[in-house]
Amino acid sequence: MSTLLRRALMMGLFGGIAGVHVSLVGIVNTFQTRDLIADIVTIGSVLPMLIAIMVGWLAGSTPKHIPRPSGSTTLVHGAMAGGVVGVVLAALALLVDSVSLTWILVNARPQLANILYFEQGPGLGSVILIAGGVLLGVAGAGLHLLPRTIARALAISGVVTIIAALMEPFVGAVLRNVELRAIEGFLYQSGGLTVQGFILVFVLIAAGIYGWAKRGDRAKARVAAMPPDRRRAGKLIAYGVLFAILLILPQIVGQRLSEVVGTVGIYILLGLGLNIVVGFAGLLDLGYVAFFAVGAYTTALLTSPASPVLNPELPFWGALPFVIMAAALVGLAVGAPVLRLRGDYLAIVTLGFGEIAREIFKSAWAQPVTGGAQGILSVPEPLPFTRDPQSIYYPILFFCIIAAIAATRLAASRVGRAWNAMREDESVAEATGINTVKYKLLAFSLGAAFGCLSGAFFGTKIGVVFPDSFNILVSINALALIVLGGMGNIAGVMVGALVLVGLPELLREFAEYRLLIYGVVLVVMMILRPEGLLPSRSRRVELHDVSDEDDDDMYTDEAGIDTGRPVVST
Amino acid sequence: MTETMDRAGSAQVVDALLQADKVTMKFGGLVANRDVDFVIPRGSIVSLIGPNGAGKTTFFNQLTGMLEPTSGEITFNGKSIIGRTPYEIVEMGIGRTFQNIRLFGAMTVLANVMVGRHVRMHSSWWGSLLRLPAVRAEEEDTKRRAQELLERVGLPRRYEEDWAKNLPYGDQRRLELARALASEPKLLLLDEPTAGMNPGETAQMTDLIKQLRDELDLTVLLIEHDMKVVMGISERITVLDHGELLAEGKPEEIRANPAVIEAYLGKQATE
Ligand SMILES: Nc1ncnc2c1ncn2[C@@H]1O[C@H](COP(=O)(O)OP(=O)(O)OP(=O)(O)O)[C@@H](O)[C@H]1O
Ligand SMILES: [Mg+2]
Repeated sequence: MSTLLRRALMMGLFGGIAGVHVSLVGIVNTFQTRDLIADIVTIGSVLPMLIAIMVGWLAGSTPKHIPRPSGSTTLVHGAMAGGVVGVVLAALALLVDSVSLTWILVNARPQLANILYFEQGPGLGSVILIAGGVLLGVAGAGLHLLPRTIARALAISGVVTIIAALMEPFVGAVLRNVELRAIEGFLYQSGGLTVQGFILVFVLIAAGIYGWAKRGDRAKARVAAMPPDRRRAGKLIAYGVLFAILLILPQIVGQRLSEVVGTVGIYILLGLGLNIVVGFAGLLDLGYVAFFAVGAYTTALLTSPASPVLNPELPFWGALPFVIMAAALVGLAVGAPVLRLRGDYLAIVTLGFGEIAREIFKSAWAQPVTGGAQGILSVPEPLPFTRDPQSIYYPILFFCIIAAIAATRLAASRVGRAWNAMREDESVAEATGINTVKYKLLAFSLGAAFGCLSGAFFGTKIGVVFPDSFNILVSINALALIVLGGMGNIAGVMVGALVLVGLPELLREFAEYRLLIYGVVLVVMMILRPEGLLPSRSRRVELHDVSDEDDDDMYTDEAGIDTGRPVVST
Repeated sequence: MTETMDRAGSAQVVDALLQADKVTMKFGGLVANRDVDFVIPRGSIVSLIGPNGAGKTTFFNQLTGMLEPTSGEITFNGKSIIGRTPYEIVEMGIGRTFQNIRLFGAMTVLANVMVGRHVRMHSSWWGSLLRLPAVRAEEEDTKRRAQELLERVGLPRRYEEDWAKNLPYGDQRRLELARALASEPKLLLLDEPTAGMNPGETAQMTDLIKQLRDELDLTVLLIEHDMKVVMGISERITVLDHGELLAEGKPEEIRANPAVIEAYLGKQATE
């Protein structure tokens, strides 16, 4: 048996096990309630299909040291792998159908078999399942035979279409809100896309991505060739339009979505701060939640009438300057002891700091100040804005814009260059004249300021501050969103927050599987695009050998501004 | 003015830009430099030679603050540099390049040189945040100077926005040179500037070093293995062997020194 074939079968087996896993933990059942195409295909039954495609794609890929086999061999490998997935799932369905296992695994009921059989009964069902696996495996492997730009457009468009179907309740509501019922009726129907909606979304997105890959460079070149004043005018208009949309956004999307947008905003602030520490300065801080907590607690202490000590009962805005000062101090306090640590050591120590911070806030010892496990109640609203999602959105938006501008300017300055150099090679940076101690402390302090600001809004938004809100998941979330979005890039932070914070908030019904999906998304990203969705240009250069890459669309420079310069050089 | 004695015992008076006294560097049991005395006259080109592992790069690392001598004293421009950080030493006026090129690979060519000028810039972080006019002016000025330096070391304009790591090898050495020059050093330390270059490139680099010394008022200390370069460029040569000073003198003295021939040239000649 050839190495590649053995590899393909292994992939199939792993895929099958993954399929069994998602079936038994109940994801398939849960997603069964939602349609991809109304009344035709449920999202639950698409999941096994996605696995087959993915496995086919993996089986069709060739490791670097092995020569690429012929096209038909690739397809055969894909078919084998997809087929194995089908067989494993058919076996699962048969097992679940014939033996009652519900006493061990709640989800192992005949209903699961029914979904896996596409409601066609065991005989026809298993044939469909296995044949489907083979076909989808071929399709996945076939992506390797298509030109890269096309394969990519198809894959991305597939994912986006599924998300579009999942978003039906929200997008539908928004469309109704702005009186576009006709479009809503055309795209959506009873909890899923309509057939024409499915085709339209898929084709439009795929065509858009393909078109951008083919023509994007030319468009960029044309923009770059424009006289500077016209280019600036164009940029201003674009930002103006974006700003106008952001201003009326709460009214367009309504109460429920505004709530989600507010949460995303808080995480954007958090991400922008952590991005300074990790993305710009290269200091892996796993305890970033400490700053978030300090921000929330300082706000609560200074503003809440229920604050156990002091209670000066400042208004929210009066407390904010003190919050920022506290942040800078805590930034220095965390930064100073870890100055000599590098890489992994730094990560572990900061991880400890994050947990220590929470334990201190929670402890009986600190209870007279922090309220212990009960936390601090009645944190006032940031008047004149209220806690209403459609109102608090505005101060959050304001500070996100300020933070984004600040980060952009720093990145493009002497300070940003110093951080960049330090991240690449600390000792050479120092030997080139950079005071690394100073720039590390600066990164920690500025990062802390953003994190505390974010914490302040978190506190005032929910009105209470509990120690357990500040667990390690906040740090992980913040880090994951900048990794997924594209480290070191401001637009990337925003995209990351939308995907990792916004989507899960919208898909509350699947909250149970949030971390599982989260993990899968991160793993897939690290395999397919380790530099993140919208990486900074330099991060991409670090992670790839740029000269043999052909997909240089979607990349922006350090500050997140499209420069239109070709990335590939020499 | 410092008085030194050369091996022949004749007293000399030189205007020393850098002076090292009994510099010793131990790594555990290994003595990489033992009691090295060393003087670099202002405005000269001095070579530091010696077989592999003789402790030349280690000596450089001490001059630049990357290593602190186990014992001994180093003064630059009359001030001690012992205990100072590398960036303070850059600020005092010592710039260097590395034996195994160490550029900031994922930064542009221009940005690499601009980092080199960091110590001569003054903008604060809040100035950058507010984009004060003075900060913008300084940024423009830095960029212009960096472009000038690239031109000076012979890197074409079109490379400016390329990633440093994508440059051809020889150009990477030139870029390191430009980065070091950007800090406006008085003393330039070059660790094997022609290593890995073909004879044509080597000749160009040699000319460039001489030209830079004359035009920028530099003092140059270089580590070099290529004897043709050493003999052609140096006003004085210092030989290290097993961490110890073996000889010091003019090129023709070194060429004639039997100990040096034995330890270094002789070994090469028999190869
Ligand atoms: N940081 C260090 N820790 C321990 N040993 C070191 C260190 N740096 C250098 N050495 C040792 O010191 C000795 C001198 O090394 P050095 O790099 O200074 O030699 P060199 O003269 O530059 O040689 P080459 O011509 O090969 O560059 C070597 O034995 C080396 O292994
Ligand atoms: Mg060396």
